[in-house]
Amino acid sequence: MITLFLAVALLILVSISLSLYRGAVGPGVFNRVAAVNVVGTKTIALLVILGYFFERPLFFDIAILYAMLNFIGTLVFAKYVERGDVCS
Amino acid sequence: MLLVNIIVALLLAGGVFFLLVGSIGLLRLPDFYTRLHATGKCDTLGGGLIIFGLLFYHLFHYSHHPLVPVRLLFLIFFIFIANPAATHAIMKAAYRTGVKPWTSGEERR
Amino acid sequence: MKKEGKWFGFFITFGVMCLFWIVLSGLLTAFHLIAGGICSALVAFLSHDLLVEGKSDKTLLKFWRLLCYIPWELWQIVLANIDVACRVLHPKMPIDPCVFEFETSLRGDWALTTLANSITLTPGTITINVEPERGKFQVHAIAKESADALLVDQTMQRKVAHIFMES
Repeated sequence: MITLFLAVALLILVSISLSLYRGAVGPGVFNRVAAVNVVGTKTIALLVILGYFFERPLFFDIAILYAMLNFIGTLVFAKYVERGDVCS
Repeated sequence: MLLVNIIVALLLAGGVFFLLVGSIGLLRLPDFYTRLHATGKCDTLGGGLIIFGLLFYHLFHYSHHPLVPVRLLFLIFFIFIANPAATHAIMKAAYRTGVKPWTSGEERR
Repeated sequence: MKKEGKWFGFFITFGVMCLFWIVLSGLLTAFHLIAGGICSALVAFLSHDLLVEGKSDKTLLKFWRLLCYIPWELWQIVLANIDVACRVLHPKMPIDPCVFEFETSLRGDWALTTLANSITLTPGTITINVEPERGKFQVHAIAKESADALLVDQTMQRKVAHIFMES
């Protein structure tokens, strides 16, 4: 099972690097924000599976924190690009 | 135990397949709105399937830690609520800012 | 009546916060439980009107119906993902995007949020904009068939209206 977890983690890394291409090249700011959101969602799955690979349950708390930060960051960025101001 | 491992492997394989499809869609589809179609759906189900498979693995192999599956369940719940909302927020911002949707026949952007 | 509804919302928020504290900390000593209770009471006192609205009639029934709605929604999500995977991996990419609008009779916050999230997760459609006063939805569809599925079939609107008892 440990080998399977390692393989899954490597495949998630491959898919993260595919989306990083869109984040680096993608025309316009919205493609980049979408790519950052996608990388964040994939990182949550990667953190949980690494928690089982290294047998450290603390990684799950980091995954929850990362999920919340990713969500709030995307919302703030969408609001900022839409209005040019965060608090208004 | 073998049956549990096979089910976990199937769930993980499905999740990784959907995550890869989300990335390929992000690269292949022609414009911003259609790319969000690929990522908003496939990432939600892919991440959910991977975490659910690990939750299943945990229930049978580490049953002396009963609180960790509840945390993972909360994580799945949060992903299923938050990911569509984030997709919706980016899409609304782009539509208000005046990004035109691609229609068939135009060149890709 | 109004005061009663306020305390109902307060206790539901307090219960959810306490449960969340215990799950995240995992320690059951007296010090941690009392600290968690104080923090939960503070959070519930400050923000109970965000989670539960003032009126308390039939909230539990609505919650139960929402739980019964989730399996159907999960099945729709699986169908949506297979649909998107087919469209992305197909060599010719059979997509034909369009933007359309429709109106519903739903008005409540929870009902509109549930319907918008369900539209985003079901086959081929994403919500762009919601106007809560008129119940108007702007939806981006990846192909004409999925737009028809939402406009003509209307199963989802009826299910959500049934959950939140708004006809």
